[in-house]
Amino acid sequence: MKYIDEFQDPELARRLLDSIHAAVTRPWALMEVCGGQTHTIIRHGIDQLLPDEVELIHGPGCPVCVTPLEVIDKALEIASRPGVIFCSFGDMLRVPGTGRDLFGVRSEGGDVRVVYSPLDALRIARQNPDRQVVFFGIGFETTAPPNAMTVYQARRLGIRNFSLLVSHVRVPPAIEAIMRSPACRVQAFLAAGHVCSVMGTGEYPALAERYRVPIVVTGFEPLDILEGVRRTVLQLERGEHAVENAYRRAVLDEGNPAARAMLDDVFEVTDRAWRGIGVIPDSGWQLSARYRDFDAEHRFSVAGITTLEPAACRAGEVLQGLLKPHECEAFGSVCTPRTPLGATMVSSEGACAAYYLYRRLDVAAPRLEASPVV
Amino acid sequence: MCLAVPGKVLEIEERDGTTMASVDFGGVVKEVCLEYLPDLRVGEYAIVHVGFALQRLDEESARRTLDLFAELGMLQEEFGDPWEAATQAGGAAFDHLDGLGGPREAGR
Ligand code: SF4
Repeated sequence: MKYIDEFQDPELARRLLDSIHAAVTRPWALMEVCGGQTHTIIRHGIDQLLPDEVELIHGPGCPVCVTPLEVIDKALEIASRPGVIFCSFGDMLRVPGTGRDLFGVRSEGGDVRVVYSPLDALRIARQNPDRQVVFFGIGFETTAPPNAMTVYQARRLGIRNFSLLVSHVRVPPAIEAIMRSPACRVQAFLAAGHVCSVMGTGEYPALAERYRVPIVVTGFEPLDILEGVRRTVLQLERGEHAVENAYRRAVLDEGNPAARAMLDDVFEVTDRAWRGIGVIPDSGWQLSARYRDFDAEHRFSVAGITTLEPAACRAGEVLQGLLKPHECEAFGSVCTPRTPLGATMVSSEGACAAYYLYRRLDVAAPRLEASPVV
Repeated sequence: MCLAVPGKVLEIEERDGTTMASVDFGGVVKEVCLEYLPDLRVGEYAIVHVGFALQRLDEESARRTLDLFAELGMLQEEFGDPWEAATQAGGAAFDHLDGLGGPREAGR
């Protein structure tokens, strides 16, 4: 058994673990939806502290990982155009497109800038009225409201040289797609806490009912994960399938109404392709008709670019919980963070990166040596 | 990118008709848009994601989360210099995750 001295409250962690161990009578497979949760789990070895019966399956919740190759290629194409300032969050820089990445475009002379917030990109647009400024709008329900607000502000302030390359995705349709897969082994979900901070919990009861699957809204700290697992296991053992909120300090049932209203105004639901998985109906957002002028795909006529993903990368299976990263043949040999084949290896929230970084470092340098728990 | 970090509101001001705040994330101060949490006051804490306050948080859980993130080096991942990280590339780009620690301001 591993040790948990890194937990901020080892005593509470021990109590949660004891209660999980006491409750479990048979095998259960839980999916943590969010890549941030995956990293907490692997970093702290939570999967190894849990009873053998409880298996954690990593979900598709890494926005960088699920952005399709063809959207990356569109970004690379736009970023290479003269006169364009292409703005992105830093973690998109090394995501491989066909043949190169944004970092490569920059070293070839493209004006690629990293911003902390989409509003920074809008400021750059105001400061450079003779240039076209494009922001790479990827991410789940947590990132979509900031991007929606930025487009709203651009329209309100009459900033014409700003546009958004949109590839936003929504979690509930992905959960539905996972449950519908014939190979699905998932019996319960730890829902992504920050997605719910925005969207609330209202989308989940119908899913929990339809697929008879417990859904527990869960935060990102080690203790949050343990509490999410505990509540999920208790439900499974009792044969229940309710929606529970184990992240009340950051999630209200109604979410953030102002953010949701802005999402409804600026975006409309559309089918979207997920990298490695394919098209999931209603799983994305695109700019609604009133904001179409701000759509970079149309402004730069890249809507026609389509690309196929390399067959060697099995990220699609990893993202659906059908394969663990180290079971991929390329893992750690041809595919490393230095030479990533798939986005799941390059993203700091990707499951392949988590396995590469922590599991291997664990082997090289055992560090959790103090205060045995179980 | 998906990491949402708790921060404390230091100052609020209107800019171009938008409510903005200076927010302190364990030592790193950033501009944050308050349009989605218009009632937030100076001294209060909120969960902030890519420059937007998304939900209120009580002081104690905010502090605990910040401490934990600082300890794990996650604040540096969020606020550190991404060009540097991408240049180092590969495994080395992630070394900071493994214990080098605290937040470091990089441009703003
Ligand atoms: S290890 Fe690399 S090639 Fe294999 S699934 Fe992960 S990203 Fe793809």
